[in-house]
Amino acid sequence: MASFPEIPDSGERSGFSQWINERLPVAAFWKKHLSEYYAPKNFNFWYFFGGLAILVLVNQLITGIFLTMSYKPTAAEAFASVEYIMRDVRWGWLLRYMHSTGASAFFIVIYLHMFRALLYGSHRKPRELIWIFGCLIFVLLMAEAFMGYVLPWGNMSYWGAQVIVSLFSSLPYIGQSLVEWIRGDYYIADATLNRFFALHVAALPLALVFLVVVHLAALHEVGSNNPDGIEIKKLKDAKGIPLDGIPFHPYYTVKDLVGTAGFLLIFCGIIFFAPTFGGLFLEEPNFEPANALQTPPHIAPVWYFTPYYAMLRAVPSFLGTQVWGVLVMGAAIVILFFVPWLDRSPVKSIRYRGPIFKLALAVFVVAFVMLGVCGMKPPSGIYPQLAKIGTFLYFAFFLLMPWYTRIDSVKPVPERVTGHA
Amino acid sequence: MSDQVDHSRRRLLTAATVGVGAVGVAFTAVPFLASWQPSARAKALGAPVEVDASKLEVGQMMKVVWRGQAVYVVRRTKEVIDQMGKHDALLVDPGSDGSIQPDYIKSEGALRSIRPDYWIGLAVCTHLGCSPLGAFEPNNSAQVTGVDLGQGWPGGFYCPCHGSKFDLSGRVFKGVPAPTNLTVPPYSFGGDTRILIGVDSAPKKA
Repeated sequence: MASFPEIPDSGERSGFSQWINERLPVAAFWKKHLSEYYAPKNFNFWYFFGGLAILVLVNQLITGIFLTMSYKPTAAEAFASVEYIMRDVRWGWLLRYMHSTGASAFFIVIYLHMFRALLYGSHRKPRELIWIFGCLIFVLLMAEAFMGYVLPWGNMSYWGAQVIVSLFSSLPYIGQSLVEWIRGDYYIADATLNRFFALHVAALPLALVFLVVVHLAALHEVGSNNPDGIEIKKLKDAKGIPLDGIPFHPYYTVKDLVGTAGFLLIFCGIIFFAPTFGGLFLEEPNFEPANALQTPPHIAPVWYFTPYYAMLRAVPSFLGTQVWGVLVMGAAIVILFFVPWLDRSPVKSIRYRGPIFKLALAVFVVAFVMLGVCGMKPPSGIYPQLAKIGTFLYFAFFLLMPWYTRIDSVKPVPERVTGHA
Repeated sequence: MSDQVDHSRRRLLTAATVGVGAVGVAFTAVPFLASWQPSARAKALGAPVEVDASKLEVGQMMKVVWRGQAVYVVRRTKEVIDQMGKHDALLVDPGSDGSIQPDYIKSEGALRSIRPDYWIGLAVCTHLGCSPLGAFEPNNSAQVTGVDLGQGWPGGFYCPCHGSKFDLSGRVFKGVPAPTNLTVPPYSFGGDTRILIGVDSAPKKA
């Protein structure tokens, strides 16, 4: 086993750096969160996505700020201002495609990041709060993406907003007035666009950044999980450093650079060669201005919402209300928050779990992808049936989890992390 | 002065301070939340509109905008009007009991209109607000591209978003996502073919 040399830090500072550190704990912060944050040494491919999510967040913030400089958040001007960005603003097309591709990239890395947690039990005790903050980030991200999609004021923007805002009208008693309150008018109007803009560029990004800080603060308090699902803090050397831990900087900052390079290769490829990604990242009806009198022939949300959209459509209305589909869709998100307590397996990582969990997770992935496809297709033919099956399997994965994780066989978990290094 | 801290007094004062603060926050929140309500301008723009339907042929439809929403004005054929009551068994709410319309429309029963030939309703699907397409030809199950409307289609509307179906009185069929019939706005006739959308009809004299 190779040993990881310690990075010497004399701790002595002088001059400017000392002046600063006596007033602001820059060095202490650097140590606590980077140079002396000990992460398990067996991180694999799956551990790229947390860092990549931050990279994409920064991309969205910076490109977003520059887009607001040319965008006009009014119903009369929004569509034309986006075209202006695309055609007349120097490099405007790049800023916009970085932002629109970034939105999809955000969901790709977040979905993979969440899947990693399911794989290795990263949500389990003592990391329940990290998971909960993560779920909150996911929910805010969906709101952020939805409102961002409305801003170009294309026809799909308009009707997507109409459909999603109308979801609230199904709530008993308060539904209609709630929808009027959200829209600020009797239809999706200028007022709606203007407030979505305010939320999209100011309120939600602030909340997102705050939640990311809390997510990381909670992570650095308990320490990172790893592919073996072992607590590395249990075994420490004489200095109190985990035996299986290595400083995040420089080891993982450098490793993450490789992941970043790989990610940017794909990301830039999409931006330059396939920014609409065949209608998945930017939908065709959105290249037409919003038209309150003409619904696009087929309304589908952007790909990252389609699994939940399919669940919404899979539930028929009965008892004179369609609130059930809305409730099922909401429950599909809410149930995520409870995963740390639904999972009753004595081990965390899939490496030491039995065949039942592996099968359940595989079925879940298939069901999720299947729902995603159903949500993109028109609600006819075989798709409504598949969506129903997918919804059933999605919920079965979570609701039966307390049972199948308990009866599943487990393998002995080693004391130390396994694998290379 | 005693060194003793009176904890119960301190708790009471803390609770009272928090309580007063919370009331203050609640009152302060009102203007922020209320600012999201439709503004005075939005309300003013929700005024009635006048429709001249004189050029509308039998079997055709026109769209007008009222309060930013599309409103359909359909001139129904005699065939459709005669058949209107005959497929009630296929409908969720044939009597429009759970649907939104003025009382003078509900009392008209299956036709849901002041005059039998003109049907007026919001072009807003009661499922999620899409705009249903016209599929007016009875017994033609293939008039919407890529969709099979089914045997014995009486003529009506098809919502392209989630497949809800309505008859030509805007009444919803069973087994589709939309829960209630299409909404009929308040309207009245100000002449033979002049329709005022947003203005209630005077109650019929008995």
